[in-house]
Amino acid sequence: MTAWIDLVVTGAHPTIPDVGVFAVAAAIILAGAVGVVVARNPVHSALMLVMTLFGVAVMFVLQQANFLAAVQVIVYAGAIVVLFLFVIMFLGVDREENIAVEPLRGQRPLAVALVVLGATGLLLLGEVSKWTTGQPHVAGTDTGAPNVNLLGKSLYTTYLFPFEATSALLIIAVVGAVVLARRPPATGDAATDEATSGSTAADRPGETGATTEAVAEVGPAVAPADGGATGTTPSGAEVDA
Amino acid sequence: MSISPTWYLSLSVVLFAIGAFGVLVRRNVLIMFMCVELMLNAANLAFVTFARTLHDIGGQVLVFFVLVVAAAEVVVGLGIVVAIFRRRASANADDLHMMKG
Amino acid sequence: MLQVTYLIILLPLVGFGVLLAAGRRLGDPAAGVVGTCFVGASFLVSVGVYLALLGVHAPVRTYSQNLWTWIPVGGLQVHAALYVDPLSMTMVLFITGISALIHLYSIEYMKGDKDYPKFFLYMNLFVASMLILVLGSNLLVTFVGWEGVGTCSYWLVSFWFTRDSAASAGKKAFVYNRIGDVGFLLAIFLVYDRVHSLNYQVIFANIDKIGSANVTAICLLLLVGVMGKSAQIPLFPWLADAMEGPTPVSALIHAATMVTAGVYLLCRVSPLLHASPAAALTIAIVGAATAFVAATIACAQQDIKKVLAYSTVSQLGYMFLAIGCGAYTAAIFLMVAHAFFKGLLFLGAGSVIHGLHDEQDLKRMGNLRAYLPITFITFAIGWLAIAAVPPLSGFWAKGDVLDNTWAAHPALWVVGIVTAALTAYYMSRLTGLAFFGRDRWADDGDGAVQLDAAHAHHADGVSSEPHESPWVMTVPLWILSFFAAVAGVMAISSSQFSLSNWVDPVFGATLYQNNLSTAALWILAIVDALVVIAFVAIGLRLWSTRSDRPVLEAAFLRGAWYINELYDTVFGRPSERLAAFCAEVVDPRIIDGAVNGVAGAFRGSGTLLRRTQTGYVRNYVAGIAFGTVVVLGFMLTRLWWG
Repeated sequence: MTAWIDLVVTGAHPTIPDVGVFAVAAAIILAGAVGVVVARNPVHSALMLVMTLFGVAVMFVLQQANFLAAVQVIVYAGAIVVLFLFVIMFLGVDREENIAVEPLRGQRPLAVALVVLGATGLLLLGEVSKWTTGQPHVAGTDTGAPNVNLLGKSLYTTYLFPFEATSALLIIAVVGAVVLARRPPATGDAATDEATSGSTAADRPGETGATTEAVAEVGPAVAPADGGATGTTPSGAEVDA
Repeated sequence: MSISPTWYLSLSVVLFAIGAFGVLVRRNVLIMFMCVELMLNAANLAFVTFARTLHDIGGQVLVFFVLVVAAAEVVVGLGIVVAIFRRRASANADDLHMMKG
Repeated sequence: MLQVTYLIILLPLVGFGVLLAAGRRLGDPAAGVVGTCFVGASFLVSVGVYLALLGVHAPVRTYSQNLWTWIPVGGLQVHAALYVDPLSMTMVLFITGISALIHLYSIEYMKGDKDYPKFFLYMNLFVASMLILVLGSNLLVTFVGWEGVGTCSYWLVSFWFTRDSAASAGKKAFVYNRIGDVGFLLAIFLVYDRVHSLNYQVIFANIDKIGSANVTAICLLLLVGVMGKSAQIPLFPWLADAMEGPTPVSALIHAATMVTAGVYLLCRVSPLLHASPAAALTIAIVGAATAFVAATIACAQQDIKKVLAYSTVSQLGYMFLAIGCGAYTAAIFLMVAHAFFKGLLFLGAGSVIHGLHDEQDLKRMGNLRAYLPITFITFAIGWLAIAAVPPLSGFWAKGDVLDNTWAAHPALWVVGIVTAALTAYYMSRLTGLAFFGRDRWADDGDGAVQLDAAHAHHADGVSSEPHESPWVMTVPLWILSFFAAVAGVMAISSSQFSLSNWVDPVFGATLYQNNLSTAALWILAIVDALVVIAFVAIGLRLWSTRSDRPVLEAAFLRGAWYINELYDTVFGRPSERLAAFCAEVVDPRIIDGAVNGVAGAFRGSGTLLRRTQTGYVRNYVAGIAFGTVVVLGFMLTRLWWG
């Protein structure tokens, strides 16, 4: 690997602890990534993802982005992956997928070819064009003050509008999620009807008899009238019915 | 600070490639989603690397935003998955081919 | 008075408009009266303009009236302008006069026809077009009139278009005219190319700029146009078929006016003909040949109108013979006299047909002089006039033509005198078959075959006695016979009716001076008179007693030298095959194939491209990845090789 860029940047040679930490973190990251892709059980995939995220957090620390590392762990590993796991358990999709069969013809070789070509192309591009061509110091330097201070100052001055927009985005996302995941509105006192008779559920096209029960059982737990009930506790227990 | 950014960026590329491969090959919708998260992380890593190289805090700010938006995206995406699952009790991406031309 | 010249054209146009709007409501016979009045008014105005023109004291009497600028386009400036001079006024007078008489005649002749107002509408428009033709001051205005009369001829010939033969005849007339029109148009283009103006006076002033080869070309192209319009060889077959139209139409259009448009045109461009002796000789030869051929055909026809039709072609040939010799005044004299006696003969034939309840076959007529006395007397005057028996007008007019021919091209004089003999013979045959002999129309056998639809109210197959026509039809006969008899006075150069004093100045130096001695003129006159009187006697003797002499009616002549069959073989069949080829091969396979092929290509490519829409998300992701790889590749190549 060329070391001339870091000569330009720092003028110093890499130290052994740095390299070691980097190597370990990189190994963790790659192992986790491969695990995500290869694991058959979705729960295993999620756990591998957590591993990768931790590795990335370490990388952040290595690059003096301490606050970001903390946020990465808290938000990504702590919230997003947990949400994934919730949904996996909720919907009972921890069934294993048959990896050996690939129904779409030519998809695997095509995937390999494209990914290899893409990665090679990117790497070559980096070599040829020397990676960095942009304007430095647009939003302010990244040294001289604690990371949090710098981030905060930049966030609330230069990037105030995107910050506000993002908060609006979050609200929309929450509302959207509630609406999407809500039970479809049923007629009259539908909740009990759906639980007792499987007929209304069977009217919905594309559903098999097995799912009717699961859906019907999930139904009373997540009634629209409840407005906010997550219904995870009862469904989590009955999901294998 | 003394490790050349080239390494970080190469790692980022490889991570991205693995994520892309996962999206292309896996059929389980949730696992595809997780592979997308991998790709986002690769991008984040690249951003932080450039922030350090160019001494520009903007890179880190952008990671911040990517993080937030990724969270929102996951929330909505999983909501959609739940809604789909209600209909057909399958989280197989290959079963959703009604848009066939 | 000269300022109102435009009224001459406007009045029939207004008549056309009135009949178009209210004709149906006016009905039978008011529409006819209205039409006649407008044309009559036009005649009165033309008399006034004529008198005013007489008052212009100049060597060449002319009057120009520019109505408006029609085409102001860069190098081409064409005005809607009228040019009044003795030549055009002569034409205007006999056009409006004879038209008015024929309109009057038609009021009675067309009575009962279900399209009565439409007839007068077309006739008025025809008169207007013909007037535009002769009063135009440039080639383009003349051409507008030229086309107008052709169109009206088409409408009027196929007036009873529900009859197949009439519809075909109309089409035939129009197509033959059109062929001639191509020649006319090419002449216009050539003139414009050389002179950059279409105004007659400008053209004549710049003849030396045109160059002799081009002048000959222009004259020959105009001759092509004239061949179509005036039914000369080789474009004459349409005139015989045009007899399918009502008889007044035949009288007006195919005897007196439209077919004389060609004579007018060539007289008008006399300076051009004078500059091209080759073209003039060609015209003379064409005229002489046509006169002879048509006369032979007329000798063997059985339909009364067809005899008259071929006779018209023959007399027109005489006029072109005169023009070819440079004797324009003689041509005009014959044209005017011919208008009188041929119009008279046609109207008389119409009276015969009307009286016999639509019988047109000569072999089924006979001894009509006992039943149709007025018609017989007037018809006889016309017969003798056309046969050129002295002292009727035909003798002087035809004599004038033959004298000039003898002086210019003696060989053609021989053709002329032979044709004169034939003319006398076949006209006598016609008169003998129709008015003399025994009452063949009373024989057993089915009655009227001819389908003159106007006379449906009489005809129910029973041959009752022929009846004389009412006064509305006989008055025009009397008037025309009067003129046919006395029009010879125009030949007397000392009288105030002298045609040469009136018209010669128009032609000036281009007019041919025959310089024949008085003795030569007397000898020629005596020869003419003897020949025609002899053949009148022969014809009458042969045909007033017997109606059946196959020896004298060769099938070759009856079939018009089989020219229609020739054209059919040379032009008709190949065109039909070409049309069939286009309809069966080109249109469905090539054109439709191309259009459908384009659609098919799109459909095919659509089907092909639709395969990328598999519906599988992972395939779409692969598509995104593929695109990304392509973009990366592009960037790499740009960076590596600039």
